[in-house]
Amino acid sequence: MIKFRLEERAKSPYWLIILSPFIAILVAIILAGILIVLAGANPFESYYQLIIGAFGSKNSFAETLARATPIILTGLAASIAFRAKFWNIGAEGQLYFGALATTLFGTGLVVLPSILMIPFLFIMGALAGGLLLLPLVLLKLYYKVDEVVTTLLLNFVVVLLVSYLLEGPWKDPMSLGWPQGKSVVDEGVLPQILSKTRLHLGFIISIFFAFSVWFILSKTVIGYRIKSVGLNAAAASHAGVPIFKTVLIVALLSGGMAGMAGVTETAGLKGYLTLDLSPGFGYAGIAVAMLANLNPIGVIFSGVFLASIYVGADAMSRAMNVPTYLADVIVALTVLCILLSLVFVNYKILFFRVKKE
Amino acid sequence: MIEFIEIIFTAGFWAATIRIACPLILATIGEVLCERAGVLNLGIEGIMSIGAMVGWMTVFLGADLYTGILAALIIGGLFGLLHAIFTVYLGASQHVTGIGITMLASSLGFFCFKLILPASTTPPKIKPFQPIDIPFLSELPFLGPAFFQHTPFTYLAILVVIFAFWLMNSTPLGLSIKMAGENPMALEAQGIDVFLVRTIAVVLGSALMAVGGAYLTLSAFDAFYFGMINGRGWIAIALVIFASWKPERALLGALLFAGLDAYQVRAQQLAGAVIPYQFFLMLPFLLSIVAMVIAAKRTRYPKALLIPFRRGERH
Repeated sequence: MIKFRLEERAKSPYWLIILSPFIAILVAIILAGILIVLAGANPFESYYQLIIGAFGSKNSFAETLARATPIILTGLAASIAFRAKFWNIGAEGQLYFGALATTLFGTGLVVLPSILMIPFLFIMGALAGGLLLLPLVLLKLYYKVDEVVTTLLLNFVVVLLVSYLLEGPWKDPMSLGWPQGKSVVDEGVLPQILSKTRLHLGFIISIFFAFSVWFILSKTVIGYRIKSVGLNAAAASHAGVPIFKTVLIVALLSGGMAGMAGVTETAGLKGYLTLDLSPGFGYAGIAVAMLANLNPIGVIFSGVFLASIYVGADAMSRAMNVPTYLADVIVALTVLCILLSLVFVNYKILFFRVKKE
Repeated sequence: MIEFIEIIFTAGFWAATIRIACPLILATIGEVLCERAGVLNLGIEGIMSIGAMVGWMTVFLGADLYTGILAALIIGGLFGLLHAIFTVYLGASQHVTGIGITMLASSLGFFCFKLILPASTTPPKIKPFQPIDIPFLSELPFLGPAFFQHTPFTYLAILVVIFAFWLMNSTPLGLSIKMAGENPMALEAQGIDVFLVRTIAVVLGSALMAVGGAYLTLSAFDAFYFGMINGRGWIAIALVIFASWKPERALLGALLFAGLDAYQVRAQQLAGAVIPYQFFLMLPFLLSIVAMVIAAKRTRYPKALLIPFRRGERH
């Protein structure tokens, strides 16, 4: 009988670390190709259509970057949290909370000149996202209540709250029966950065935050503490790292990033809050973070990659008659392939023979 | 005010409680099996979703209802096997693998549904399991309509739960599963393959989750909708913690939870439009969080939960 065991590598070769996400993506695309064949389409032509749909024209390229904006922010939310092994799976709810804050403050309650209004909305969105996570992180720290489940459950509560507000007190009377919020005032709207497209300032802002998070994580004491809590909380505690404070900061930063994704969607792309504001951007953030190996700069690239899959799949679906859900399948396969590649990067697999007695 | 108390004394309330509890019980017991072996299975939400789809689709394409259950069972087991390969054999992160499995199972289910039924705007229906009257018992006043006029799937679910209890509490496999989650080194020292035991638990548990999903499309309702699982999987995970990983407490927890859910639907009708319906729909999720907080003080996790077992390593 042949058995195997995993032996941790002392040092992983660089080429393996760099190559592994690309191999993972390739494997995911090949596996999804089988589904395209099952759907009766030519996989090569389908992927060609997908690439054209995502990058083929100025408009589609701009659309991909616009779609990447919230995904980069939720990807940063997951990266920060997962580094400390704080499993915030509630980015979806935090995004909607950020969108609620944008609607509360941005539709007439406060009007400032643009240069102040836009930062103000981002601050409010970040606070709202962090605020939603605050009771859950306190429950974890004081009572050891598992944050995975509470953050997941709260996503549903927040979406129902948005549904209530949009059908009731916050419904825009001018919206002809559609449940949507009032429009964000002109001063708060994120300006277009490429004429005649939907690409807005939010994209630049999300890249700015990717670099900020990179700086915090790799150049500051708090970043060092976050990493050490993730690697071994008990050892970190022994070494004098304040666990309570560090986890609290992680939660606020993570929730804040996701909250700002709600701002870019409400004040940037749509201009008002709707119930379908996020088709799962919060969950996509987890895939983005994993693909980037929790590296904030990598999140920019993996975010654009994931956005291109979503945008391109719409075009491919129309041209090739393959269901758009293929995009979600590719994303899910990518997550699993990345996990697989991480095993190969970090471990050697040793096979050995066991003699039967 | 008296009407709000009278709800509890209607047979309809108890019948609804059983109906709502069934998928939750199956999923919760499935998750208990996985976690007692030391493996958190966050794939539950997606596995329930694809179980609901595959069970329904099998029947829609012409097979009988029992074949539908079997198909759900198999697809659940397959996704469980995938989860086990990643988390048990390769020691990958149980959290991320679970989320990945949920994403894959639900999107694959939706993809296949759209592939087979590309242009259906209103979901097509099947003839689901019909209630059967248990002889004599169903004629009892109150108790009859409350407990003895359910569908065969409901009684099957109860049998499955009894089987799971027997498996966990009275078989060598059950003991091995519990040891795999508490002290895998000791299990290995007995000459038992920890990987294999954990894999069996995850495959069986995931199969139960998928059957729980299929209950929704084959017995509770008659069609498959996108997003019909609607957090039931996550609620099941909260119930496992509430039940301190004990199958019998999980059964009670799921019944209590379903009872509250059945109650709120009826209370909502009585309350009229005074309180917006969204707040009633929030209750199950908020209650789950409250249940976790209540349970937090006496929570005792299986010791080896989340810790991958590696041969030749000591913990």
